[in-house]
Amino acid sequence: MSIEVRNLKKRFGDYVALGDVNLRVETGELVALLGPSGAGKTTLLRVIGGLDHADSGEVFFHGQETTDRALREREVGFVFQHYALFRHMTVFENVAFGLRVRPKTTRPTEASIKDRVMRLLDLVHLGGLSTRFPSQLSGGQRQRVALARALAVEPKVLLLDEPFGSLDAKVRQELRRWLRRLHDELHTTSVFVTHDQEEAMEVADRVVIMNKGEIEQIGTPEEVYFGPKSAFVYNFLGNVNLFQGRVEGGRAYLGSVSLPLPDASPAKGDSATIYVRPHLLDLADQPNGLDHFRAKVEHIHPTGSTVKVELTAEWGEPFQVEISHERYRALALRRGMETFVTLRNESLFVETTPGDGMMFGEGI
Amino acid sequence: METRNAANMNLPNPGTPRLESAPAEGPGAMRLVGHWTVRESAALEALLSHARPPSSREVRIDAASLEAFDTAGALVLARIRDRFAREGCSVKIVGLPPERVPLLKIASTPIPVTLPSARRPGPLERLTRLSADWTEQAFGFLSFVGEVFLASLQQLVRPRRIRWAFVISNIQTSGVGAIPIIGLLSFLIGIVIAYQGAVQLHRYGADVFIVDLVGLSMVRELAPLMTAIIVAGRTGSSFTAQIGTMRVTEEVDALKVLGMNPIDVLVLPKLFALIVVLPLLTAFAAAVGVLGGAIMTASMTPIGPSFFLSQFPRVVLPVSYFVGVGKAPIFAAVIATVGCYQGFRASGSAESVGAQTTVSVVQSIFLIIVLDALFSIVFSVVGI
Repeated sequence: MSIEVRNLKKRFGDYVALGDVNLRVETGELVALLGPSGAGKTTLLRVIGGLDHADSGEVFFHGQETTDRALREREVGFVFQHYALFRHMTVFENVAFGLRVRPKTTRPTEASIKDRVMRLLDLVHLGGLSTRFPSQLSGGQRQRVALARALAVEPKVLLLDEPFGSLDAKVRQELRRWLRRLHDELHTTSVFVTHDQEEAMEVADRVVIMNKGEIEQIGTPEEVYFGPKSAFVYNFLGNVNLFQGRVEGGRAYLGSVSLPLPDASPAKGDSATIYVRPHLLDLADQPNGLDHFRAKVEHIHPTGSTVKVELTAEWGEPFQVEISHERYRALALRRGMETFVTLRNESLFVETTPGDGMMFGEGI
Repeated sequence: METRNAANMNLPNPGTPRLESAPAEGPGAMRLVGHWTVRESAALEALLSHARPPSSREVRIDAASLEAFDTAGALVLARIRDRFAREGCSVKIVGLPPERVPLLKIASTPIPVTLPSARRPGPLERLTRLSADWTEQAFGFLSFVGEVFLASLQQLVRPRRIRWAFVISNIQTSGVGAIPIIGLLSFLIGIVIAYQGAVQLHRYGADVFIVDLVGLSMVRELAPLMTAIIVAGRTGSSFTAQIGTMRVTEEVDALKVLGMNPIDVLVLPKLFALIVVLPLLTAFAAAVGVLGGAIMTASMTPIGPSFFLSQFPRVVLPVSYFVGVGKAPIFAAVIATVGCYQGFRASGSAESVGAQTTVSVVQSIFLIIVLDALFSIVFSVVGI
């Protein structure tokens, strides 16, 4: 079932939770709503699920208006951040609850309820724990019970509100791969909220990046990562270094050096912020003919898959570079050493500040 | 190679703005060099954060070797001067080209900014806000009462839909569990009333009326009021805490998504259970209170238990009993609806559950006493 959201607006007092949101999710898609906290992701999800009402705008399920439809008829499965399992019920009863409370006419027989619940518990790898209570389960297990409970009613749409937000990093990685595989099996139209860009990139077919109640960009993970439409998107999708400088004739001027810019960048700007990801910068121990600037090594963090080096540019700005361990050993980097910084490729992002240069006069 | 690197590092680019000390010209002498312009704003900013005054108290900054200077440079220079001055130095800037001096002057003039001051609202405004707040709360409560009323009508028409298991477990926790404390407190109150009354009545030789005093006050007023207050503190608060916690953990939302009306599942069983249980508890409290009074009377006055018992039915008529116990279901409805309503108002955090619990107890006790006063007035007008 496809979901379409048109001109949704919602305010809490003076605070704008949803500016004017339009979104279409196709049947069988897995879409991530990504953004910092306060971006309006959860509000949007709750409005889609019918738990909150928007001030204006419509939500369509499969082309039909849902605003006045009762929650029961929406056939939505919802997974909450803090699991929201019923504490006084066993795992089995939790999953069966949505089926047992149906009106007699649509309620399956007790035998088929039992059959379906056990099948779902096997699907979420919790077959042996059906008689446990939620308090006897780990966080990851609880969230899988919550997912089984949401799936038990055979929803047409599955909504997940930061489903892995309160789990530790390792369990989170496992569960999100598992969620992707589950979605590939079931093909339920799904929307999930996350503030973790890695999670969104890894799991979703398409990513919706939100900021301050507005959608900044919609696209596949590749599209948004390699073609960010705004500085916010570039900034949000990974670590970045910010340099203050200016842009002229296709080159960025930082301090006393200039670097070539990608084609789509603004042509001219007296005051520009240049965003570069740490792994797109390279270090060398001597000039090698490329455009470069000099920097002094301040700190080295050699743990992890890459070596993170903190440096100070010759004009005083601190920044970070990520290089491979081989490169690190070849350069024999030490604290206080001077290095030459080059740009590995042209994937940097430039934002010019409009109206700048008005306050200050030209130099002598 | 390393020496070369080091040398490169020490050799600044031409044009980079710097503030150098010039010890040759005196202990406090400093020199401005390079481009002090907006193009070099990053370097200027670094300069601003790193500039330290020399050891001398008398600082003399020579601007003669400056290559370029604009308002950005002037602003940084003015700030550096102010900082040195704050650290106790007297700063003198010399050698600035005459046409550039006004720039420094502009940069040194603070632009007056009027911040909106935190205004204390006047008494009228506070009163208006308070009453708007109360009105909003009252409307919220009334609409909740309406929802609960409609939902309970629907269930009473079709008793099969009542969740009997929940009702019975609520009767167990809020009724049976409250018996010891209600019994003990009523017994003590019976004793206190008998004791106080006996002393006063004895002065007038009206010892006989101790039966009227203990019997009527316990059965008509104190038993229903005491029981309702204890149950509000004990059970009403637990209703708020339970529903509030379920709101915070999103269990209430989970119920809604699974197609349940939270009022059916969470409110009505509590309401029905309390309406059944509170009259029973009130009757029990009245009996124990009168027992306490009788025991105290027997030990203090010549009126023995047998006389007390024979006198009691003549004084406390069935109508008094029904007046007392009849108030209980209404108090029960108040406790249950206020408790559940405040639970639903909790949102977001665990603290709000605590806050709503307090509000719930205060509001139910307040409403119970106000209602009891109204009942007294109505009954005296009707003449019961």
